[in-house]
Amino acid sequence: MIQDLVITLVYIGYAMGMLLTFGAILTWVERKQAALMSDRIGANRAYVRLPFTEVKIVWMGLFHGMADGLKLLLKEDFRPNTFDRFAYNLAVWLAFVPVLLVFAVVPFGGTLDPGQLIPPLAGWFEGRTYSMQIAPIDAGLLVVFAFAGISIIGAMLAGWASDNKFSLLGALRAGSQLLSYEVVLALTVLGLILIYGHVDLRAIVEWQSGTVLGFLPAWGIVVQPFAAILFLTASIAENKRMPFDLPDAESELITGYITEYSAMQQGMFMLGEFIEIAIIGALFTTLFLGGYNLPWLTDAGFLLPGGELIALPHALVVVLQLLTFLAKMALVCSFQILVRWSLPRFRWDQLLRFAWTWLLPLALLNLAVTALAVWAIG
Amino acid sequence: MTTPYRRKRYWNEPRMGWYERAYIFEVLRGLMITGRVFLKNLGTFMLGRRGALTTYYPEEQRPDYARHNRGRHVLVQRADGKPQCVACNLCATVCPAKVIEIESACDLSDAAHPKYPARFAIDYSRCIFCGLCVEACPEDAIRMQPETPHFPGPDRTTMWSHREDLLSWQPARDAAKPYPPAGEEEAR
Repeated sequence: MIQDLVITLVYIGYAMGMLLTFGAILTWVERKQAALMSDRIGANRAYVRLPFTEVKIVWMGLFHGMADGLKLLLKEDFRPNTFDRFAYNLAVWLAFVPVLLVFAVVPFGGTLDPGQLIPPLAGWFEGRTYSMQIAPIDAGLLVVFAFAGISIIGAMLAGWASDNKFSLLGALRAGSQLLSYEVVLALTVLGLILIYGHVDLRAIVEWQSGTVLGFLPAWGIVVQPFAAILFLTASIAENKRMPFDLPDAESELITGYITEYSAMQQGMFMLGEFIEIAIIGALFTTLFLGGYNLPWLTDAGFLLPGGELIALPHALVVVLQLLTFLAKMALVCSFQILVRWSLPRFRWDQLLRFAWTWLLPLALLNLAVTALAVWAIG
Repeated sequence: MTTPYRRKRYWNEPRMGWYERAYIFEVLRGLMITGRVFLKNLGTFMLGRRGALTTYYPEEQRPDYARHNRGRHVLVQRADGKPQCVACNLCATVCPAKVIEIESACDLSDAAHPKYPARFAIDYSRCIFCGLCVEACPEDAIRMQPETPHFPGPDRTTMWSHREDLLSWQPARDAAKPYPPAGEEEAR
């Protein structure tokens, strides 16, 4: 029993460290990618000076995120004289924590055999194996939607408790936008559930380790390409990023429901947004890009199409799976940043019309076609 | 009675077919453009070459300023190395940013040019490089050169240029005016 606890704590440490690092690095990636996309160099001035020397470490501006964090921590924490101080403080956590919680059910690697990984502990673990996932719940996708829904409450609460008309307008926009796109998101994922036959994310990933038509990896993006586009669109809208960033449209609403937050509370909202990019990357990877699967890689090693097995040591397989997941996640994050720096913002009526008259019918159509196909194939 | 609202018709109303209205195709086209620029610049970046035209200012300076660019100020010198300036304060008066400070002094041993600036300082943290001081000067004693003054620093007190720096201009020709001016002796 204590072994399970140890393994789970290790997983939690890995997940928290990975997500927070991803959030911090994404601020740098966002700056640098935007700069490269527009023929600029990007932020490259912040440095760390080695003590007692004149050696300045710049590392392509990687320390700008650190400088930002330090600034946010040391700034004056200005709080408005609101009627509801409790809700005002609670909103930050309601917006930040559910984002992290979503990752609990996402499998970020294959099966871990700690006894084989660390031979001296083999006796203690008694040959138990663990799937690399913090909470192996069979209701995985439902948990994802449950937690993602909570962040709506955070945004609404922040806008309401700030006692500011810009915040309130931002919160109203956030509420209607998030609810609209949540519907699309759920309908899109229903098609996937029909095909995979599971809501357990681990089972979904294992389903995708097979092949279709003999050679293509059976990733979600191959069997459900249309759903992949809809899912990515709707989840960028869920994250309130550029083409859909009406809730905090700077030119109209200052920063929407974040207006009255300063210092690290505002930093938490921003960090939450960046971590949500990583979470969307993780979910998209899990649902559509085969999770930690490389083509032909199994828990024993590479199983080539001819039936030939290239055996790999367990430690190497584990590392390969972790790295594959991270690489796919980083690619999806980079694509989201590409979208954010390419597309102009919608108008408010266009935003809702896009959700209800385009995406929703398309998602329903996709669901119907998928259902027919699943029924026809058997 | 108010007239009902009628939408204004423009001569260049955008005409969109189904292809543009579908939006996704145009979005993909835009993403291809930005993605192509990104990958191209990423490639140059990985090869260690600089993809952008940016100049890292304090470490690097551009050599290609226009000849008439209004950059740092210089004080014109006479043949004996003293400033041409007569400390009349016209430049300090006309300066819209009020960045020039002059303290005049008297040197009776130089009979033709007794009044001179003992202190001549320009605060480049406020200078707007309008060139009015050059236009105002009756003695052609202050000019502007194409280069930037090059005072990057964390503190505005370090951005002052003093008489010694301003007198640094020592061109081979043109600068050192004959003094007293040619022909003035005879007139006198």
